[in-house]
Amino acid sequence: MEDKNHQVANQVEAELLSTIGQKYKNEKIWIGVLTLISLFGVGAWIYQLKQGLGVTGMRDYVSWGLYIALLFFFVGISLVGALISSVLRFTGTKWRYPLIRIAEAVTLSAILFAGVMPVLDMGHPERLYFLVTHGRIQSPILWDVLAIATYFTGSLIFFYLPLVPDLALMRDKLTGISKFRVWLNKFMAINWTGTPRQHKLLKRGMAIISIVVLPCAISVHTISAWLIALTMRTGWSTSLMGPYFVFGALMAGAAMIILVMANIRYGYHLQHYIGHKHFNYLGMLLLGLTAFYLYLNINKYGVPAFVGEKAEVEYLQDLMFGHFAFAFWFVIIAGLIIPIIILSIGKLRNQIRWVVIAAILVMGGAIINRYLIVIPNMLHPLVPIQHAIPGYATYSPTWVEWAIGAAGFSGLTLLIILLFKAFPVITIWETMEGVEHDGQEVIGLEYMDNPKLAPRYENYEG
Amino acid sequence: MNTEIKNEDANNARRNFLRKSLITGSVLAVGAIGLEKVFSGEKADDGKKVKVLTADGKVLETSTSNLKELKHTPVTDAESRKGIPGKKFVMVIDLAKCDGCGHCTVECNKMHHIPKSKEWIKVIEMQDSPKEAPYWFVKPCFHCDNPPCTKVCPVDATFKREDGIVAIDNDRCIGCRFCMAACPYSARIFNWSEPLYVEYPKKSAKDTTVKETSCCGGSGCDADSVESTTAPAERFFESKKGCVEKCDFCPHMARENKLPACVTGCGMDAIYFGDENEDAVTNKSGQTVSLSQLLEDRAAYRYLEELGTKPRVYYLPPYNRQYAKPDMKGEKS
Repeated sequence: MEDKNHQVANQVEAELLSTIGQKYKNEKIWIGVLTLISLFGVGAWIYQLKQGLGVTGMRDYVSWGLYIALLFFFVGISLVGALISSVLRFTGTKWRYPLIRIAEAVTLSAILFAGVMPVLDMGHPERLYFLVTHGRIQSPILWDVLAIATYFTGSLIFFYLPLVPDLALMRDKLTGISKFRVWLNKFMAINWTGTPRQHKLLKRGMAIISIVVLPCAISVHTISAWLIALTMRTGWSTSLMGPYFVFGALMAGAAMIILVMANIRYGYHLQHYIGHKHFNYLGMLLLGLTAFYLYLNINKYGVPAFVGEKAEVEYLQDLMFGHFAFAFWFVIIAGLIIPIIILSIGKLRNQIRWVVIAAILVMGGAIINRYLIVIPNMLHPLVPIQHAIPGYATYSPTWVEWAIGAAGFSGLTLLIILLFKAFPVITIWETMEGVEHDGQEVIGLEYMDNPKLAPRYENYEG
Repeated sequence: MNTEIKNEDANNARRNFLRKSLITGSVLAVGAIGLEKVFSGEKADDGKKVKVLTADGKVLETSTSNLKELKHTPVTDAESRKGIPGKKFVMVIDLAKCDGCGHCTVECNKMHHIPKSKEWIKVIEMQDSPKEAPYWFVKPCFHCDNPPCTKVCPVDATFKREDGIVAIDNDRCIGCRFCMAACPYSARIFNWSEPLYVEYPKKSAKDTTVKETSCCGGSGCDADSVESTTAPAERFFESKKGCVEKCDFCPHMARENKLPACVTGCGMDAIYFGDENEDAVTNKSGQTVSLSQLLEDRAAYRYLEELGTKPRVYYLPPYNRQYAKPDMKGEKS
């Protein structure tokens, strides 16, 4: 038994280290296309800086548009790190090991772009430092800045801490990489030798940060919700908004990690680490979150619809049966109800394909829903819109906004890809610990004996 | 031209006093010798003394080296932020008189050199319920005493002054537009592109007649009566790209004890403006009435009182209207 474990540990180490520098399918095309989209977005932003925000579709009534909707979306998917690394850790979930680093990478990238979106939306981004020099703490914007910065820092630490033993492993075992990479691995490994004292310190550090990061994550989403909930606007001013954002974020985050995992599983040939079981379990998690989010939606729209206050009814009419009806019902039916049905059927949930389809639907619904949270409300101010200048009483994003929005998504994806080019996709030392404690099946090592699934070995000397 | 006594020993009160009084007084008293120094901007101490006359008749003597050129800023930025001491500005709009002619908007645009596409004061049609009579509703910024906009501003770019005015510092505004989302009255406008500075032509006699026939049933809409100032006293209220702007209650006029453009532009005498501390409001015709009496007699109300924003603009209900009712055309657009 002892021998077998040792053998397994060696194999785990070899296989997981091999993902570094490994070229996955169509890597060059992906990186090339994503870089082009990102650069085009940067160009669009420079154009916007020169011309002013007039190049966007936003006007005086719809004064917040796609950028703020995307801020809410990126903030949303960043919650997945706290969910996987923190919540699943406390609940002692054993199958979480292969997900930890993926979740943290998604969080780190998403919160970075969440921080960028409001800057893109500013009329005077060069005055950003005024937030420090003239900041007023009673403004929710300042809370949001502080919360995002804190959560980013926390996520960075949470990404780095469990990486240290892996970096030491890379320092010791990886060959054939550039001198700079050798130096970087050595520098970042901060003299980790794996002594019991170091292990104890690392464990304590991770325990502390996993507790700290949870309230941070919840506050980021709640404060983002307050940006709109603390106004006197129909549909925005509801005490439900905080939980609505937090659970919407958890749902979008769970869908996001399913999609990223599916890509990594095939791209890096990690089929026996990220197995059916993971998709099944995450599918169940997504099912629960989607069902709960549907419940929150029924509260958010059903309660005011029943009460029938004049302004609310006008807004809801427009949302459900007017301009936004298609998008609204797409979110409710395709983004919530259909995924719930798919994921409720055990046979389908056991097939990765169906879990991914459900995740794509949830994801699409979540993006559109962020748009619906922001724009229809702005078109229904308390003082009726009259004699508006043509084009001021409607909103449709211009090419500049689409370009910058697309660049946000591609930049996010690119950053995740680059993180995994530099660091192991799956946390090696935690996986090996899991093997020692719980046995290989429990932590997700499946089909170990199937040689067809074994990954290629590169840059590695055992 | 303006000079300021720069005396290290003088206490602050005296300096303030002098700054105000010398702007007009000193030029007369400072002789040709002194003026040379003032114009050249040098500070060489050649021992020459000049006499300056203060507004209250005192003659003071000082060295020419103490004289400094004063920038042509009638109101400092600090004063602009503080507001006019001792005042609490308030507006009353009589909906029974407003006939929706829109001259308040026209004159406001002229005063602030903003294009027609911007409306700091809007006139919209209102009908509270199908059987109630429609009426014209004039909507400036309400300069709330509990302003939702200033609460959310992250950099103190929009703020409440001591004189009740909610102002915007466009050198400070970062353009996040949270104030626009927070304002329940849609009072705020954003400069999406480079703002136009419009120089409206002075009305000729011919234009005035055209105007008279087109407005208010000949009740005397006279555009020339509205004075157009060249530069606003409150410098940082100017339109700037990427910044928010809105109705400012014309503080530069108030500093000269004059009425805002919308008030002097309203031929129907529908808009009153004044000081709550004095309990007096005045309309275009110069009728000054007791604020508290007017509010009580005419059962005044504030728009959307239930929001708790405490607006500084009161409305007199459209009882016994003096104009044709609106046809609610604007509702569709």
